[in-house]
Amino acid sequence: MSRSDVLVDADWVQARLDDPKVVIVEVDEDTAAYDKNHIRNAVRIDWKKDLQDPVRRDFIDQAGFEALLSAKGIANDDTVVLYGGNNNWFASYAYWYFKLYGHGDVRLLDGGRKKWELDSRELVVEQPQRAATQYTAQPADSSIRAFRDDVIDAIGTLNLVDVRSPDEFSGKLLAPAHLPQEQSQRPGHVPSAKNIPWAKNANDDGTFKSDDELKALYEAEGVDLATDTIAYCRIGERSALTWFVLHELLDQQNVKNYDGSWTEYGSLVGVPIELGN
Amino acid sequence: MCGAKAGGPDLAGVDVANETIIQGSVTRNEEPVNGYVRLLDENGEFTAEVPTSATGQFRFFARPGKWTLRALVPGATVDRQVVATQGEFTEVAIAV
Repeated sequence: MSRSDVLVDADWVQARLDDPKVVIVEVDEDTAAYDKNHIRNAVRIDWKKDLQDPVRRDFIDQAGFEALLSAKGIANDDTVVLYGGNNNWFASYAYWYFKLYGHGDVRLLDGGRKKWELDSRELVVEQPQRAATQYTAQPADSSIRAFRDDVIDAIGTLNLVDVRSPDEFSGKLLAPAHLPQEQSQRPGHVPSAKNIPWAKNANDDGTFKSDDELKALYEAEGVDLATDTIAYCRIGERSALTWFVLHELLDQQNVKNYDGSWTEYGSLVGVPIELGN
Repeated sequence: MCGAKAGGPDLAGVDVANETIIQGSVTRNEEPVNGYVRLLDENGEFTAEVPTSATGQFRFFARPGKWTLRALVPGATVDRQVVATQGEFTEVAIAV
């Protein structure tokens, strides 16, 4: 799979804003950002309301994903382009869902909302109307999702990549620094995990670094890509971005995202935790 | 566009005593700028990023120590060094 199959730039999107078979989807950490403005003809997916099970901690099942995409007017043969704020954290998270449920053609807008804004490109308030579809999802692909026991079993044997900031990894912070720090879980990281913050994958404007730079990054950090890898962060969205880099850009098929991440692992009774660098 | 507001966002409801807050505003010719502010640690590593509000304001919940704020706005990037202390809020005005 080539980079252009999974990643498009702003000019590519700009040229297809009126193409009915290209669906632009905004997914933001700040779920109200879309209301302020968005790329013309973009629809919204709300990562909290639309992608999470409303009762238990898990994400929506196959039927739920089918209902969501049908209601959003997304067809199985549409090209879906995801973008969002925070350097595409939650757009990457949604991308991972689309792959998990087998969507054929899904891509990220390189740089996401930030690059679009910094380029002073058009943003509008009007929301598009797309006719509902009959979307059919595939059963969830468990080969790209890790659970807590997978992580415990991986300690000291597989690659564990903690993509949080150095202060979260060492235990000095419990959450990204734009969020309040009151959390119930213990600070620290999974023993044997390497701290390769997600931000090392991206330039300041949110665009991804080149494949060569990305490959060099993981090699320099001592990650043997021939060995299976599990990426995690706090709730699984930043690690979805690293999963995108490893699995989609660098074409490493043996990479999973642990969406339970630190809010689950750091709350487990009896599991090993390391502090410090 | 609303005018720029001096200082950071309202602290109502925030546990200031237990947080280490860095906040402020980004302006151009005293008008708020829509853009982003990055928080980098003492090694220059990315720690967090927020978009500025409609009034140009931003806030981080950090830890005590030295930090770099990097404002990214259309056509400009500006860095500011700050030292944050727990129980206080560090106000930073960034003009670009």
